[in-house]
Amino acid sequence: MPSAATDPREGDADVTMADALPGEPPATEMDEEEEEAAPMRLRVLPGSTETAASFEFAKEDHTLGNALRWIIMKNPVVEFCGYTIPHPSEARMNLRIQTYDNASVYDVLDKGLVDLMDLCDVVQEKFEIVRDDFKKK
Amino acid sequence: MSPAVVPSEEAIQKRRIIGIGTETVSNITSTDFPGHWPGEDNSWDVDKFRDKFRVQFHMNEPHNAQFSLIGLDAAVANAFRRILIAEIPVLAIESVFFNNNTSIIQDEVLAHRLGLVPLTGGKEGLNWLRWRKRDENNIPEEPNDFNTIVLVLEAECKWSKDGPALSAQGETDPDKLYVGHNVLANQIVFHPMGQHNRWFGTPETTIRPVNPDILIAKLRPGQKIVLSMHAEKGIGADHAKYSPVCPASYRLLPHIDIQRPIIGKDHAKKFARCFPKGVIGFEAVTHEEASMPDAVWRRTVRDVEPDEKNPYAGHEGEPKAVVVNAMKDTVSRECLRHEEFKDKVKLGRVRDHFIFQVESTGQWDSDELFLESVKLLKAKCLRVKRDLDLLTQS
Repeated sequence: MPSAATDPREGDADVTMADALPGEPPATEMDEEEEEAAPMRLRVLPGSTETAASFEFAKEDHTLGNALRWIIMKNPVVEFCGYTIPHPSEARMNLRIQTYDNASVYDVLDKGLVDLMDLCDVVQEKFEIVRDDFKKK
Repeated sequence: MSPAVVPSEEAIQKRRIIGIGTETVSNITSTDFPGHWPGEDNSWDVDKFRDKFRVQFHMNEPHNAQFSLIGLDAAVANAFRRILIAEIPVLAIESVFFNNNTSIIQDEVLAHRLGLVPLTGGKEGLNWLRWRKRDENNIPEEPNDFNTIVLVLEAECKWSKDGPALSAQGETDPDKLYVGHNVLANQIVFHPMGQHNRWFGTPETTIRPVNPDILIAKLRPGQKIVLSMHAEKGIGADHAKYSPVCPASYRLLPHIDIQRPIIGKDHAKKFARCFPKGVIGFEAVTHEEASMPDAVWRRTVRDVEPDEKNPYAGHEGEPKAVVVNAMKDTVSRECLRHEEFKDKVKLGRVRDHFIFQVESTGQWDSDELFLESVKLLKAKCLRVKRDLDLLTQS
């Protein structure tokens, strides 16, 4: 398979359209097994400290990279955040975070992910309301 | 710490507009980050976002939805667009098994054409379908009812009843000479396997091409196509046939700021002609405007010259150009080419107003697809967060 930047076919990203419908297709045991074995996609690059670190995301691209960069830059303890795709034919995305005041980069990344998930919830919620109103008209 | 500085409404509006000049753009990058504007609090806040974020629907048809997302950053809007194109799973034909093909279109070309035919079927069943997993050598797992859909295409071309006679008379219209010479998408037949009848058993839920009239091949008498196909789920990043949209795009809302009035029938009409139909309308200059003292006028406009006169004076009742619907504009910048308009109007785009257009290929409804992209972005975050938790625990 050509290196799809993000491959939702791996592990638990399969939650999308196929989540929990009756019909018990493949053995769920197998799924769980695979979920556990889902490969680690995150790595801290050498030379990192608690307040300045580069993370390597396997199989991610501009989709998550830029969105995550934006939301992390919204955090006031962040001195710098940027992302790069070191080579276009390698499905890797590097994210650099530097913080002020001894704030932990791990906490900052965690907060960024949580904030982005909150954003998705708000977008979904509001989109559904407006769409349903529009359908009624 | 000093109390947070709150920018004025005017400043906020000014920051929202990306300037568009004849040959240049200005005020391009987002500046809503902590530390950019001294003293301002631009940190992330869900509640603030919830207050500010708005959605407007312009059109919602299964194959075409248009809506605006207002209050987002381009980074996030672009993430949704990219997911729509490349990461939502879709069913398409992956393998074609030829039993016979005597048409002039080669096997591999025909297989490629078949792959690109958009399919649809019962949505619950499509949700129930799983990936056909591949091992590290890219060998797919055994085909099974939960990961593979079997389709069959059989077509044969024959002479029509009096085709040979007509042909001898010099008739060349294939519709009169032959039967079955056009192989169309609706000749693709679904062959249910295992549990398929439960999900795709009715005429509404059966797996079928979205558009029945797609021409797949042309045949001549004696030529035959007999093949079976395996359709499976995939994502647009692997192949365009797995992309659920064609296309999904956004543009920023155009902004037209008429800073000095454009008055007079000919003048205003010429201005309106610089834009697509429906962007510019006309209003009569009111008595209040015409009788406004120059000093009052100067207070209402920006970048004013010290001795500027009220341009409405003496034009009461004449038409002036007004912006009716900026959304229809294409931002051609035509008006900036005319000397008489170029200092009176400022063009731009609204930074955080994204007009999305999502055209589904038909497997899913367009609005469902957008919601799916939002869910997928969240799933991506969740997946990374899980890895991050593992990383910090160890």
